[in-house]
Amino acid sequence: MSDPAVQDVPGDPWDKRVASALSFLRRRLSGQYEVDEFGFDPELTDHVFYPVLRRLYHDWFRTEVFGLENLPDDGAGLVVGNHSGTVAMDALMLSIAIHDGHPKARHLRLLGADLVFRVPVLSELTRKSGGTVACNPDAERLLSGGELVGVFPEGFKGVGKHYRDRYKLQRFGRGGFVSAALRTGTPIVPVAIVGAEEIYPILGDLKPVARLLKLPYFPVTPTFPWLGPLGLVPLPSKWLIEFCPPIPTADLVDQADDPMVIFNLADQVRETIQHTLHRLLAKRPDPFGR
Amino acid sequence: MTAALSVVVVTGISRFLGANVAARLAADDRVGRVVGLDPNEPAAEIQELLGGVEQVRADAGSAPTVVAELDAEVVVHLALITSPEPGGRSAMKEQNVIGTMQLLAACQQAPHLRKLVMRSSTAAYGASFRDPAVFTEETEPRQVPRGGFARDILDIEGYLRGFRRRRPDISATVLRFAPFIGSTADTTLTRYFAQPIVPTVLGRDPRLQFLHVDDALEVVHRSVVEDHPGTYNVAGAGVLALSQAIRRAGRLAVPVFEPGLSAAATLAGGLRLGRYGLDQLDLFVHGRVVDTTRLVEEFGFEPRTTAAAFDDFIRRHADRALVSADHLAAAERTILDGIRRVRAATAKELPLGASWPPAARESLGSARAEPRGRPQRSEDGHE
Repeated sequence: MSDPAVQDVPGDPWDKRVASALSFLRRRLSGQYEVDEFGFDPELTDHVFYPVLRRLYHDWFRTEVFGLENLPDDGAGLVVGNHSGTVAMDALMLSIAIHDGHPKARHLRLLGADLVFRVPVLSELTRKSGGTVACNPDAERLLSGGELVGVFPEGFKGVGKHYRDRYKLQRFGRGGFVSAALRTGTPIVPVAIVGAEEIYPILGDLKPVARLLKLPYFPVTPTFPWLGPLGLVPLPSKWLIEFCPPIPTADLVDQADDPMVIFNLADQVRETIQHTLHRLLAKRPDPFGR
Repeated sequence: MTAALSVVVVTGISRFLGANVAARLAADDRVGRVVGLDPNEPAAEIQELLGGVEQVRADAGSAPTVVAELDAEVVVHLALITSPEPGGRSAMKEQNVIGTMQLLAACQQAPHLRKLVMRSSTAAYGASFRDPAVFTEETEPRQVPRGGFARDILDIEGYLRGFRRRRPDISATVLRFAPFIGSTADTTLTRYFAQPIVPTVLGRDPRLQFLHVDDALEVVHRSVVEDHPGTYNVAGAGVLALSQAIRRAGRLAVPVFEPGLSAAATLAGGLRLGRYGLDQLDLFVHGRVVDTTRLVEEFGFEPRTTAAAFDDFIRRHADRALVSADHLAAAERTILDGIRRVRAATAKELPLGASWPPAARESLGSARAEPRGRPQRSEDGHE
């Protein structure tokens, strides 16, 4: 910093930006990039997906994050959150919260329902952004590889619930996520996400249409399907995300097949998230406030 | 290392894989007689390879006699057809399933048989949307695949399980190969990538893995001369997305709506046109990635990576590329230089140019001389 004028000269920022964009384009068009065995494309994620999501994260949802220090510095971690909001926007915002808030800018590897992978385009976007099918082999493979894995055990029961049930955690399924954590000795980090419930409030569910389209539900919100494509614009709710202290599992590795241990641990995670949700909601009296 | 092998029987020597395996075994001092079993006359270029190989022209129906008469010590079963040929699907199934059944029946009765090496495929894992991203040898298929070859493979592995139960004294090695690629490979998939314009499934970008044919030969050879009972995934480490592979090869992808492709594949199968079928379609919708830890640990051999194997293929077929990496690099340079020239010109004309110090204009010239990629990377680092 002794002579900033000299340092500035070669740094014509506009030229650099053009050169970098062109070189990015060339690398993409000639296939000179790496994808991992799950299909994760870090370059595309960092340069295309995340910048778009980041705008939503900051400007639209005005997200605030707490408890980032509860995420593991490096090595495996299983982030377990509440699911809501008709589409899995909460998972995407969680990825940004972690990537931008973590000192090592870690990527969250999400586990998605197999329905996601049946849908063309969506399946590939999910894989390229680091997601994979929610099944124990994949979860354990990612965790043994030292990745930070994100999972929403409520699944469709969470995203597709009625607006009157907002912030009420649904059943946690069979606790497959707990057994994956136990088998790999990975700490579980519960996370509470407030704000996603209000983006597309579900007031009704057109079951016949859902059955026709083979979807788990067909949402009716104040704007969808009435306003057509405009109804796809999420309402600008205020988001709060809080990571809770990690639950260590290293001493339970030999009990990964004990259903009692699994259910208890799943319950503990669920209670933690529910309490944190209540606390965050008290902090945010107006869902659409600053 | 095992003792010398007296008689090795190799099936399918009229084809590339079988012929090369037989030739390599014949050249190995640890192997005595190598007998090739195939109902078809090998083509001239394949016949050249088979110098030290005794040939028996017979189909699998006569395998019991051949195996018994020769008193075979090792049987290497490579006679599988991966896509329907002029004979059509029924001939393919006859050869794959019935042929394997008959051969296994022969092996079951052979008193001195010590070892069986079988070719299988990673198609054994089926294709389903609920599949894990990476298959280990223990993964069970979740759905019966649509493709004929994949269904044959499931049948064949089923018979083999029965064989292992009945003859636990015979060491059986099952090699589940990823699709072959390389400069010398000639398969449905290599022909696909060799076209300048390649159809893909709209909205799908499957993860692919390849195996270099030379590595496949090496693994089969080691399975014969060493002892590695069990089932192994054999593939090059790493993954290429289909779109990425097409771009690396400089081909043009044409996405087609899937129902249209399935109909076309079914029709092509019915009319015996071409070699594309539901096997390829399943692969191009679901992709297929396997874990090769067991192979690497047990064989002490690591096939070259998927990317390296594919590069070898690209070099051979570079002539039919539409867009090469060099074209793109040249285009990038031209565009960048063009933009710089325009900006330099406008900066000179506009009074605003005063805010752009002359030194910067000079540095533009030097920046152009810098090796490609370096300035961009430093920019990436800041982000």
